[in-house]
Amino acid sequence: MAEHYKPNKYKAWELTLEERFQEVYPPFSEREAVLEANRCLYCHDAPCMVACPTDIDIPTFIRKIATGNTKGSARTILESNLMGATCSRVCPVDVLCEGDCVLTADHKPIAIGRLQRYATDYANDKGIRFFKAGEPNGKRVAVVGAGPAGLSCAGELAKAGFAVTVYEKKKWSGGLSTYGIVVFREPVEVSLAEVKMIEELGVKFTNDTEIGKDLSFEQLVKDYDAVFLGIGLGNVPEMEVPGEHLTGVLDGLEFVEETKTESLDSIKHGNRICVIGAGNTAIDCATIARRLGAERVTMIYRRSEAEMPAYHFEYEFALKEGVSFMFLTQPIEILSNDQGAVDGLKCIRMDLGKPDASGRRSPVPVPDSEFVVPCDMVIKAIGQNKPSGILAMLAPFGVEQVKGYLKVNDENRTAHEKIFAGGDCVRSHGEASTVMAVQDGKIAAASIAKQLVGTSRPLAEAVSKK
Amino acid sequence: MPDLSIDFCGIKSPNPFWLASAPPANSAYQIQKAFEQGWGGAVWKTIGAPVLNVCNRYGTIDYKGSKIIGLNNVELISDRPIDLNLREMAEVKRNFPHHAVIASIMVESKKEAWQEIIKRTEETGIDGFELNFGCPHGMSERGMGSAMGQVPEYTAMVTEWVMAVATKPVIVKLTPNVTDIVLPARAALKGGASALSLINTINSVMGVDLDTFELQPNVGGKGGHGGYAGPAVKPIALHLLSAVAADPEILKSRLPISGMGGVETWRDAVEFMLLGATSVQVCTAVMHWGFRIVEDMIEGMSNWMEEKGFETCDDFIGKSLPRVSNFGDFDLGFQSVAAINHDKCIQCNLCYIACNDAAHQCIDLKELKITNEAKERLWPVVREEDCVGCDLCSRVCPVDDCITMVEIDTGRPHITWNQLVASKPEVLEWDKMEEYRKTANIHIH
Repeated sequence: MAEHYKPNKYKAWELTLEERFQEVYPPFSEREAVLEANRCLYCHDAPCMVACPTDIDIPTFIRKIATGNTKGSARTILESNLMGATCSRVCPVDVLCEGDCVLTADHKPIAIGRLQRYATDYANDKGIRFFKAGEPNGKRVAVVGAGPAGLSCAGELAKAGFAVTVYEKKKWSGGLSTYGIVVFREPVEVSLAEVKMIEELGVKFTNDTEIGKDLSFEQLVKDYDAVFLGIGLGNVPEMEVPGEHLTGVLDGLEFVEETKTESLDSIKHGNRICVIGAGNTAIDCATIARRLGAERVTMIYRRSEAEMPAYHFEYEFALKEGVSFMFLTQPIEILSNDQGAVDGLKCIRMDLGKPDASGRRSPVPVPDSEFVVPCDMVIKAIGQNKPSGILAMLAPFGVEQVKGYLKVNDENRTAHEKIFAGGDCVRSHGEASTVMAVQDGKIAAASIAKQLVGTSRPLAEAVSKK
Repeated sequence: MPDLSIDFCGIKSPNPFWLASAPPANSAYQIQKAFEQGWGGAVWKTIGAPVLNVCNRYGTIDYKGSKIIGLNNVELISDRPIDLNLREMAEVKRNFPHHAVIASIMVESKKEAWQEIIKRTEETGIDGFELNFGCPHGMSERGMGSAMGQVPEYTAMVTEWVMAVATKPVIVKLTPNVTDIVLPARAALKGGASALSLINTINSVMGVDLDTFELQPNVGGKGGHGGYAGPAVKPIALHLLSAVAADPEILKSRLPISGMGGVETWRDAVEFMLLGATSVQVCTAVMHWGFRIVEDMIEGMSNWMEEKGFETCDDFIGKSLPRVSNFGDFDLGFQSVAAINHDKCIQCNLCYIACNDAAHQCIDLKELKITNEAKERLWPVVREEDCVGCDLCSRVCPVDDCITMVEIDTGRPHITWNQLVASKPEVLEWDKMEEYRKTANIHIH
């Protein structure tokens, strides 16, 4: 589905480093946007809208682009999803709105993501603000974690008149949108503009502050009428193979973060890089490495192509970027030279055996099939640690867990009446995504409002469709 | 290969495609270029009274990304010296003896003026004349163009003046800016015209700029009515053409008609010809894309004729005219209902909302379990017994052949309104109407 996107003509060798890290898809021109918007059938009870986890009224915002009411279009989007600009860039539209577009069968779906980007960028570029802080209701809410879930919750609460303080352990807010989405998918500025929008609703941000370290959780629960946890997940887990702590072995998320926070030419990278894992972050690492200038980038994955967790369009993107793949290959040791630098990845070939608990066929080592992939850098991207630390901290409050994730009900409440949670840290099943996190934030905000001030009309409407 | 040539009241043309009297037919350069590319004829841009033009001259309607579905203009008749035009007419006729070259004429309402210019123009060797009684802007305010065409008596009078001196065929071009176009058509017939052409452009204001509040087209801050043409006017042109062509007096006279107004493709041309046009004239499409479009027009029409087994244009000119009718003669017993093909349906449900909001509420959204998907969307289903057969749903359906209107036999009497009120004048009362409906099995919703 993503084929109809027109990527920039990309010839890495003709471009500067900065140019290689521009957004992959150029923005729509006004004419392109209007033409695309006019292709939309404006379905009744449109399936795209049903597929959107945040219930954006997609046919309406598209029609508004077509009529030249781009400002109104942005309002329609942001009313349902304050992180509309981020979602327009990072949403897996192939499996959500665009995947369900009725035109998909015979033609090609409407480029909903790019239209949404067009409208939200229009409003942001012009500095248009649609919302203001609600009449203060005297209630105070703490939000832990300034990622999409936290920002969404904070923004919705501020609109409804709550005094909200966001605690974020990092220097900048925005969570993965700021630090974890590769820059040619979402520039840092987009995420920071969303933070600014939330800030202008009167939300206070306390950055460089880690709960449990700089401030106790007990204090938070004591000081506030409610606490929302949108803490996300941890670092990349250990692979538990020899050589894992050598210089030249990187955490994939930290690698992505470097490209978002450091100047591109200061980033050290190898020339022959092995990326371990085949999820979306692994793809990000591999494609970044290529765009930074690495000659050979190989993704190592113990299962086959069919089981890889990355979205198919991301897989295709990596192939186009010249990334090679070694499937059914398990790393067993990271080798080093005399100077202690990485110089190879020892692997073993795998076969697919019987289905495991996840329903996927589990990989089984092929005896005596070890071999070495020469490389000078290894990037680990095999998922993220579950929020185990915070779970221990929350246990005394009666907050329960499911498979290592925070347990919440349909209203994003934990077992403790003052504690709510959402985003990746509660995603014990299903796929973690920005748009789901945004919706969690909205639902939690409505639940908090219901608990503290009775039903809050705008918030109730925001989630009534679910 | 079918023969596309036509004989239009003695004017021979290798095909029915003519340039209309308009900017594309302004000079020998343009017309000869057009003939080289395949156009069969050209009606020269109107010559006559001296004029001065203004800027800007055009306004357009764009629709959903498509440019120029409608074009209006405030350009006047030819602003080139008359001698130059006459010299060039002679040159074109010399170089293209087998193409149709027709001079469009407009002068003030004086017998001498008309007769003098007709005589002078005939000397160039052109094949015929078109009298411009239709131009709705600029010239009409000076008592010419549509100012003549809107008064049947003037139309007849000037036509008579011209016919008194002309030795070549004379076509009278009609304005659409009248209440009943049949009257000026009959007036032209009475004046002795050899043929008719229609439509000229339609009075229009194209739009207002939301930022500057200026009209479109904008002439130094001011704007006014201009002549509307292009694809958007085709239905109006087809109506006026069919009204004239099916008029018993015109039919009896066998006056040929040159049809125009939104002709852009061979398909449009065929439609005009099925409704009685012998030739078609084109302007806006050429203004948009140039003369080269004629190649497809010729080929498309030939292919269509071959497919239908027509050897000459005469085989199909006027073929749909017998179907031109009036509401009072429509069959009240004809009943159709919408049938939705769920194999083709993409579930946009536009038919549902159109029927529900704007028609007769006879499409329901229902669970059908056609697919194996867990969350199968609801399907639009027609409640046939309530469907009034209005056809709106199939008009809004974006999928070809997904909704079709199927004729059903209700056992109703096949009777027209005119027959009904002749045989049962009492149904003109509401209570009698109800009674009749019951007996005739006609439901309302």
